[in-house]
Amino acid sequence: MAKDLGERKHPPGQGGRAAKMMPGEKANDFKGTILKLASYLKPYRIQLANVFFMAMLSTIFAIVSPTILGMATDEVVQGVMGSGIDYDALLKILIILLAMYLASWLFGALQAWIMAIVSQKVIYTLRDGMSKKLDRLPLKYFDRVPYGEVQSRMINDIETVNQTLTATITQMITAIVTLIGILIMMVRISLIMTLVALVVIPASFLIIKIVVSKSQRHFKNQQKFLGKVNGHVEEMYSGHDIVKAFNLEEMSEETFDEYNDALCEAAWKSQFLSGLMMPLTQFIGNLAYVLVCLVGGYLALMGRISIGQIQAFIQYVRSFNQPVQQVANIANQLQSTAAAAERVFELLDEEEEVDLDKKPAVVLDPEEVQGRVTFDHVKFGYKENEPIITDFSFEARPGQRVAIVGPTGAGKTTIVKLLMRFYELDGGSISVDGHDIKDMSRSNLRALFGMVLQETWLNSSTVKENIRYGRTDATDEEVRAAAKAAHAHRFIKTLPKGYRMKINEEATNISAGQKQLITIASAFLEDAPILIFDEATSSVDTRTERQIQSAMAKLMADRTSFIIAHRLSTIKDADYILVMNEGNIVEQGSHDELLEKNGFYADLYNSQFAD
Amino acid sequence: MKTVLSYYKQYIPFVCIIILVLFGQVMCELFLPMFMSDIIDNGIVAGDLDRIRHTGIIMIGVAFAAVIFSMSGSLFASLTAAKAARKIRKALFTRVTAFSRAEIEQFSTASLITRSTNDVQMIQQATVMSLRMMIFAPIMGIGAVFMALKTSVSLSWTVGLALLCVCGLMIFSFVAIFPRFRMMQEKLDRVNLIMKERLSGTLVVRAFRTEFKEQERFDEANVDLTKLYIFVNKCLAFMLPTMTLIMSGVGVLIIWVGAHLVDAQQLMIGDMMAYLQYAMHVIMSFMFVTMIFVMIPRAAVSAKRVGQILDTPISISDPEEPKSVPLLEEGTKAKGGEVEFRNVSFTYPDAEEKALSGISFTAQPGKMTAIIGGTGCGKSTLINLIPRFYDATEGQVLVNGVNVKDMKQADLRSLIGLVPQKGTLFSGTIESNLRYGNQDATEGDLREAAEIAQALGFIEEKPDGFETEIAQGGTNVSGGQKQRLCIARALVKKPQIMIFDDSFSALDYATDRALRNALRERVTGSTFIIIAQRINTILDADQIIVLEDGQIAGIGTHDELMGTCQVYSEIARSQLSEEELERGRDNG
Repeated sequence: MAKDLGERKHPPGQGGRAAKMMPGEKANDFKGTILKLASYLKPYRIQLANVFFMAMLSTIFAIVSPTILGMATDEVVQGVMGSGIDYDALLKILIILLAMYLASWLFGALQAWIMAIVSQKVIYTLRDGMSKKLDRLPLKYFDRVPYGEVQSRMINDIETVNQTLTATITQMITAIVTLIGILIMMVRISLIMTLVALVVIPASFLIIKIVVSKSQRHFKNQQKFLGKVNGHVEEMYSGHDIVKAFNLEEMSEETFDEYNDALCEAAWKSQFLSGLMMPLTQFIGNLAYVLVCLVGGYLALMGRISIGQIQAFIQYVRSFNQPVQQVANIANQLQSTAAAAERVFELLDEEEEVDLDKKPAVVLDPEEVQGRVTFDHVKFGYKENEPIITDFSFEARPGQRVAIVGPTGAGKTTIVKLLMRFYELDGGSISVDGHDIKDMSRSNLRALFGMVLQETWLNSSTVKENIRYGRTDATDEEVRAAAKAAHAHRFIKTLPKGYRMKINEEATNISAGQKQLITIASAFLEDAPILIFDEATSSVDTRTERQIQSAMAKLMADRTSFIIAHRLSTIKDADYILVMNEGNIVEQGSHDELLEKNGFYADLYNSQFAD
Repeated sequence: MKTVLSYYKQYIPFVCIIILVLFGQVMCELFLPMFMSDIIDNGIVAGDLDRIRHTGIIMIGVAFAAVIFSMSGSLFASLTAAKAARKIRKALFTRVTAFSRAEIEQFSTASLITRSTNDVQMIQQATVMSLRMMIFAPIMGIGAVFMALKTSVSLSWTVGLALLCVCGLMIFSFVAIFPRFRMMQEKLDRVNLIMKERLSGTLVVRAFRTEFKEQERFDEANVDLTKLYIFVNKCLAFMLPTMTLIMSGVGVLIIWVGAHLVDAQQLMIGDMMAYLQYAMHVIMSFMFVTMIFVMIPRAAVSAKRVGQILDTPISISDPEEPKSVPLLEEGTKAKGGEVEFRNVSFTYPDAEEKALSGISFTAQPGKMTAIIGGTGCGKSTLINLIPRFYDATEGQVLVNGVNVKDMKQADLRSLIGLVPQKGTLFSGTIESNLRYGNQDATEGDLREAAEIAQALGFIEEKPDGFETEIAQGGTNVSGGQKQRLCIARALVKKPQIMIFDDSFSALDYATDRALRNALRERVTGSTFIIIAQRINTILDADQIIVLEDGQIAGIGTHDELMGTCQVYSEIARSQLSEEELERGRDNG
C-alpha cells in the first residue's frame, strides 16, 4: 500500500532530479559497448538470472497487494453496510496481504543484495583491468593522450559506470514489470477508469518535456558560469602575488562579479524550473486522482465496482507515474553508462607494447654487465613520418662518461628513452654488451640502469620508502649510507620524523631540491651497472650540486654513465659529448675536439661568457 | 557557521514567505484525503452523485492551490539560495584577494580554491534543500499528526508503533551505514590517488621495474574499497525494502484495528482511508526530518570551512593615515626609487628560526643589486618584503625614505615591477597579459617592452602575434617564453623599482645575456633588484648581496667578493672554471 504514497511524498526540489536533467553524453557505439559490458557480467549470469527472477517476483507481489488491500476494504464496507464485519474473512485477507508484503520485501532485498555483490565485483574487475593496462601501454600512448584524460577515464568514468550499473539493471526490470502489471490490474478493475487515468499520462509527459527543455538551457549556463567562476578563482588565487603586485584587485573583482552574477541568475532559474517538475507532475497526479474518484464514485453508485476497488485503483494511478519516469530515465541513464563505459573500454583496448609477453632470448646479470652500449644506425620519431633521429651511431665503452647537451627542447631525453626501451626504434638497433635490447625482457634491461630523472617523482609514502624504491630489500643502514652519499642525510634529519616523514600527496612538504636529493640517494642505493642522470641536479643550488657531483663521480667510477645537463660547466669532464639540436645529434666528440670544431657546441659554450 | 548564517540575514523576509506558502501547501495536501473521505462517506456510501461531483471540483481547486503554493515556495527558495551563495562567494573572493601571503599559506592555495568553489556550491544546495525540506517536513509532520488525531485518536498507537520501527531502522543506518559513507569516500580517494600517482610516475615506475609493487599497492586499495562498497550496498539493499514493509505493515494494522472501530460505529469508512494517508504523511515526514540530521552536518562542515576564511583577520592592511609617496607626486615621476633595508629581520608565522636577520643594505636607482645564495637561504623572502607580501618582523623597509608600512599598498605597488619566479600568466591574450602592467599603454609601449624582454621575436612568429590566446596558467607557451612575457609585463608598467625573482633561469644563456644588455641600455633610472642562481647573470652587477642562512655573508662587486667572501667564491668556483673566472673578471 505504502510504496506508491511513499514515493509520491518526496518533498520537491531534491538534488538528484536536477542532476538527471543535465543533457547526457552519448556513446559512439552504443550497441557494441553494451554488449561488451554484458560480457563482463557474463560470469555472473546465474546470479543475474536470480536477480531478474527475484526482482520480477518482488514487483509482482507489490503490484497485486493493492487489490488484496481493496478486498479487505470491501470486506469492511460490506460489513458496515450489511450485517457486521466477517472478522475471520478479513483476518484471512489481511494475513495473505501481509504474506505478500513479506514476500515482496524478501525478494526485493535479496535481489538488491546479490546485485550489490555482482556490480561491485564487475567494477573491481574493470578497475583492476585499468590498473594492469597502465603498465602495458606504450609511452607513445601518453604522448598522444593527455594525463588528465586518462585520469578522467580511470576515475570519473568508472565511477559513473559504478553509480548507474546497479540502478539501470534492476530498474529496467522493475519498471517494465510494474508498468505492465499495473496496466493489467487497472484494466481488470475498470476499462473506463483506466482510459480516464491514461489520458493524464501523456499530459504528464508533456509537462516533463517542457520543463526539461526549458531548464536545460539554464543548467548548461549554470555549468558554464560555474566553470568560469571556478576558473577565475583558481587563476586569481594561484596568481595572488601578481594580482597584488600589479594592483589588479579591482579588475579581478569586476570580472568575478560578472561571472558570479551570471552564475546566480542561471542557478536560481535552473533550480526553480527543475523544482517545478515535482509539483506539476504531482498536480497532474492529483487531477487523475480526482477524476478517478469522480468516475469511480459514479461507477460505484451504479454498483459496477466496489469502494475497495476504487481504493486499489487510486493506488495504481499513484504508482503509475513513477515507473513511467523511470523508463524515461533509464534510456538516459543507459546512454551515460554506455558513454562512460565506452571510454573505459577504449582505454582497455588500446594497443599494448610489443613483445610484452615474449620469452626473452637473453638474460643479462646486472652484476656481470660490463656496460658497453652501442647505438647502430638508430632511426626514430615520436610521430610517424616525422623522424627526429635519422641515423645515429655511437658506442659508449665500459666506464665511459657520456654527456648529452643541447638547448632546451632539443630532445636530449629521447636518447635515454630509447636506451631504456620506453619507445620502439623505427630502424637500427641498440645493444648492451653486444646483445640487442630487443632480445631482453624490458625489466631485465631496465635493471641494468640506475637513473635520476629530470622530473622527480615521489609517491606518498615515507622518505625511507622512496629511497628504497628501486631496491626494496635494502636495510636501514644501506638507506642511510646512500642518503649520506647523496648529501641528503643532513636535511632528512632536520625533517619532522626524519626518514619516517610521510611525503604528502602533492609532494609539497619538501622542496624541489630536496626531492632531487632523495632520488639521487635512491640511485645510489640501486647500484646499477649503467647510470643515467637527466638534469639530475638542476633544482639544487650550485654549491650543493658540486658536493653531489663529487659523490656522483665516486658512483660513476667504473660504470658507463649518461649525463644530460644544460649547465655546460658541469659536463666538461665527460669523456664524450653528444650535442643535440632540434631532435638531431648535430655534433659528437670530446669537449676539446668540439671547441676546436668551432661549431654549434662552441657557440653554445661561448654564449655563456661572450660579451 | 555563525558567520555564514549572517549572510542570510537579509533574506529573512523570503524565508518567512517560504514558511507561509509551504504551510499553505501542507494544508492543501492534508485536505485532499479529507475530501476523499467525504466522497466515500457522503457520496458513494450515501449514494449522492452531486456530492461526488461537487467535492471533486473542490478537490481540483485545492490541488491547484497546492501546486501554486509549491511553485512559489520553489521560486523563493531558489532565489534565496542563489543570491546568498552569490554574496558568500563574493565575500570570500574579496577576502582572499585582500589576504597577504601569510594567510594564503596558512590555508594553502588549493584549499582556498576548494572553499571558494565546492564548499559554496555545497552550501547553496543545502540551502535549497533546507528551505524546502527542512521547513516542509516538520509542518507536514505536525499537520498530519493533527489531522490523524482529529480523524481518530484510538488509531494513533498504530502510527506510534510504525514510528518506533522507523526509528530503529534509522538508528541502524546512523550506526551502520552513514559513518561508512565517509569511509567510502576516503577509500575511493585512496584508489584515485594511487591511480594518479602511477599515471604521473609511469616513467619512473617502469625504470625502476616496480610495476608489480604498484599493482599490489593498488589492488590492496581496490579490494578495500570493493569490500566496503559491497557492505554498504548490502545494507542499503536491506534498508529500502524494509522501509516499504514497515509502511505496508502499518496499513494492514490500521485496516484491522480500523475495521473494529468502523464496526463499533466509532469511525466512518472514509475516515479510515483518510487516516491511512495521514499515517503515511507522518512517517514520511519523520524520515525526512531524520535525513536532515544527516545532511546538516555535511553542510555545516562546508559552512565552517567558509567561515574560517571570512573570520581570518587580514594581517597586512593600509595605514589609517597613509603618507604621501614622493615618487608619485606630479613632476617627480621620472625619479628612481631607492630601496633601503634597515636592520630587517623576518620570522615566518609559527617558525622557530628567523628566515632573515639583521639585513641592511640600500639599492640605488639606476643600479643593479643582485642577491645570490644557496637554496632556502632567504632570497625570495627578502624581496617579498619590498611589495609588502610580508611585513618585516623587526627593522624597516624603506622606499625613498618612507617606511613601506606607512604607504597605501596600491601606491607602493604601483612603483614596483615584479617578475615572479614561476612565470604566472593569466588566461586571455598576450596583449591582455602585457596590459596588466598598464591598461593605458600604447601599442608602441607594448612592442618596446616585448622587445627589451626579448619576447618580440617569438610573439611575431606566432600567427596571431599579440593577439595569441594564452590558456589558463599559460600552459600553451614554453617556460622561457612565459618568463619573457612576465618581464615584458613588468616593463610595460615603467616601474621605478624592478624586481626579478630568479627570472632568468628558464632562459638559455644567449637570451639571458641579450636581455640583460637591453635592460641596461634601455631601462635607465630604475632600481634593479635581481635574484640569480647563475653567477654569470650577475657578474656585472653594481652590488652583489650574498645571503647565507638568512644573513648577509657579504656585499660588494664580483671582484671584491671573490677576494673577501668565502661563500661567494665557493659559489663562483662551483659554476665557473678558473679560465672563465678570469674572463669574467676581464669583462667585468
